[in-house]
Amino acid sequence: MTRSLTLAAATIAATALCVTRADAQDTNQVNREGVTVVLKYTPGVRPGLVVLPGPGLDSVRAIVRRDLDYTDRFEMVDLGTPATTDGTPGPVNYGIYKSLGAAFALELGEAPGGVTARLHDVSRSQVRSQQVFPLPADTDAGFRLEVHRMSDEIARWATGTVGVAATRLLFVSGGRVYRIDSDGSDLAALTPAGQTALSPVWSPDGQQLAYTQLGAGRGGVAVQNLGTGATLPVPGTQSGLNITPMFSPDGRTLAYAHSDENGTDIYSANIADRCCAQRLTVGRYADNLSPTFSPDGRRIAFVSTRAGPPQIYVMAADGTDQELLAPFDFGATGASNAPEWSPDGANVVFHREVDRSPQIFLVDVGRRSLRQYTSAGRNEDPTWAPDGRHFAFVSDRSGLRQLWVMDIETGRVRQLHSPGAARLPAWSRRLGRTAVASNP
Amino acid sequence: MRASSLLMLLATAVVAAGCGGKKPPEEPAPQPAPAPVPAPTPPPDASADSARIARERAEREAADRIKALNADLMAMINFDYDQALVRSADEATLDRKAAVLQANPNVRLTISGHADERGSDEYNLALGNRRAGAAKRYLMNKGIDGGRMDVVSYGEERPLNPGHDEAAYAQNRRDEFQVTAGGENLVAPQ
Repeated sequence: MTRSLTLAAATIAATALCVTRADAQDTNQVNREGVTVVLKYTPGVRPGLVVLPGPGLDSVRAIVRRDLDYTDRFEMVDLGTPATTDGTPGPVNYGIYKSLGAAFALELGEAPGGVTARLHDVSRSQVRSQQVFPLPADTDAGFRLEVHRMSDEIARWATGTVGVAATRLLFVSGGRVYRIDSDGSDLAALTPAGQTALSPVWSPDGQQLAYTQLGAGRGGVAVQNLGTGATLPVPGTQSGLNITPMFSPDGRTLAYAHSDENGTDIYSANIADRCCAQRLTVGRYADNLSPTFSPDGRRIAFVSTRAGPPQIYVMAADGTDQELLAPFDFGATGASNAPEWSPDGANVVFHREVDRSPQIFLVDVGRRSLRQYTSAGRNEDPTWAPDGRHFAFVSDRSGLRQLWVMDIETGRVRQLHSPGAARLPAWSRRLGRTAVASNP
Repeated sequence: MRASSLLMLLATAVVAAGCGGKKPPEEPAPQPAPAPVPAPTPPPDASADSARIARERAEREAADRIKALNADLMAMINFDYDQALVRSADEATLDRKAAVLQANPNVRLTISGHADERGSDEYNLALGNRRAGAAKRYLMNKGIDGGRMDVVSYGEERPLNPGHDEAAYAQNRRDEFQVTAGGENLVAPQ
């Protein structure tokens, strides 16, 4: 995605066209079910940004450049020729960058104990923002996350919206929960080998994770402190099978689904006081699972089989006012699962089977309208980035089920590299400095 | 892996045993060992020997009968895609279990539900649970005390057949039945 790489841009445009065409085919078919398929792709509206070369700081510059690229808010501009600047603060050649189509030029320079970042507004030929960011040594466990935080702030200077580079994802591979940075670095296993862990989720403060420990067909929900590694069982989840945990936005409540011979129902446990599980659904041999809180904590979207195949419903956080959320045609629409409420509260993302292959959909919570975002292969288990603009999901488009990230504004998709098959991803909120723990 | 191939063997045995109703206890009887014994045996010990032979034969028959009854208890049932209803084709399998359970009140079962890999990973755990519960309720309707049957689910985590085609999926959508107590001295139903 560089200006000099017109070819790459053309390829991406072509890819986007393919996707649009594939979706357009779906449109007729899906419209019969009252579903609207839209893939927005508006090339050319993103401002160009060039990261200026300079001495030292190569790894910082590479990380920041990639972070800004992954915001999908800029056309990244590369300088075709080697640097003409020696990196010392001096006149920036705005004319050259303007001719390359850059609206912004980012200058990074070494500063005592950190990095000076200076964002130039190329069209106005002036510095827009600058700041010295303290950085730990690059051997420090918190180094990369601190660089990501700087990237997020630079994105805010340019666009008014803070980036999501200083985030991490949890996922499951081979029965273990792993953690990985949003750019695919710093992979760490969080649960021991030889167990079957499922459905990891972050606590809102990024300090804990909850997951299901599956053993002999039963399973409890465990909450693990990422700082200390200490793991505690969630009260009320030690009998039967307890799956799909989810923290409330204030972190005080954990909702989960409990399975026994009467079916599967959603409960919420007060984990702040380690007491009191409350039953929220009464399935009577039906399944109710996969709870996800609205950002204000007042509502819960969830999956229910009350009308046959699993579909997406919504209720008040105390279990009252249960109703259908994502419209479907009985007998025609495929199974719908894995809902996650968007950080801005406007949408719930989930996957729905189309010709027995799961695809990613969004339902607008207010209008109850649907949008389909994928159409080829299996695409499932979406999870929102804190910007409400990107989601990670599992796709088999590489031949193996692996993690991918989609930008819903541009339709751009990138792979999040993980070892082997990966599933059940969960994206963190923006991580505070206290969330930096060294790898176990 | 070893456990599941053992289960497959057992399942095969059950299918074989299942066709002929009460055959298994009788079939082994005609073929065994008496032939080599009589020739060298002097008269005095004849009665003791024949008693021993009869005893051994009875033991063998009992062991075979218990094996067949265990196989009846462990026979799997299968399900349609995203369904947890007991298929009519599997009712006879469950009816045999009910009869053996009636005749052997000390037997306890753990019923585990499984799903194929196509559905959602997490939903499949709930679906497997519902499949195990369906078999339990069927047996309860036949008069078996629910307290003798535990229900668990593995979702899609333990496929019987590692393939990715319809045949494999059909095999993997199943209930398994594990005898957790009382399987040693099974009595045949009346």
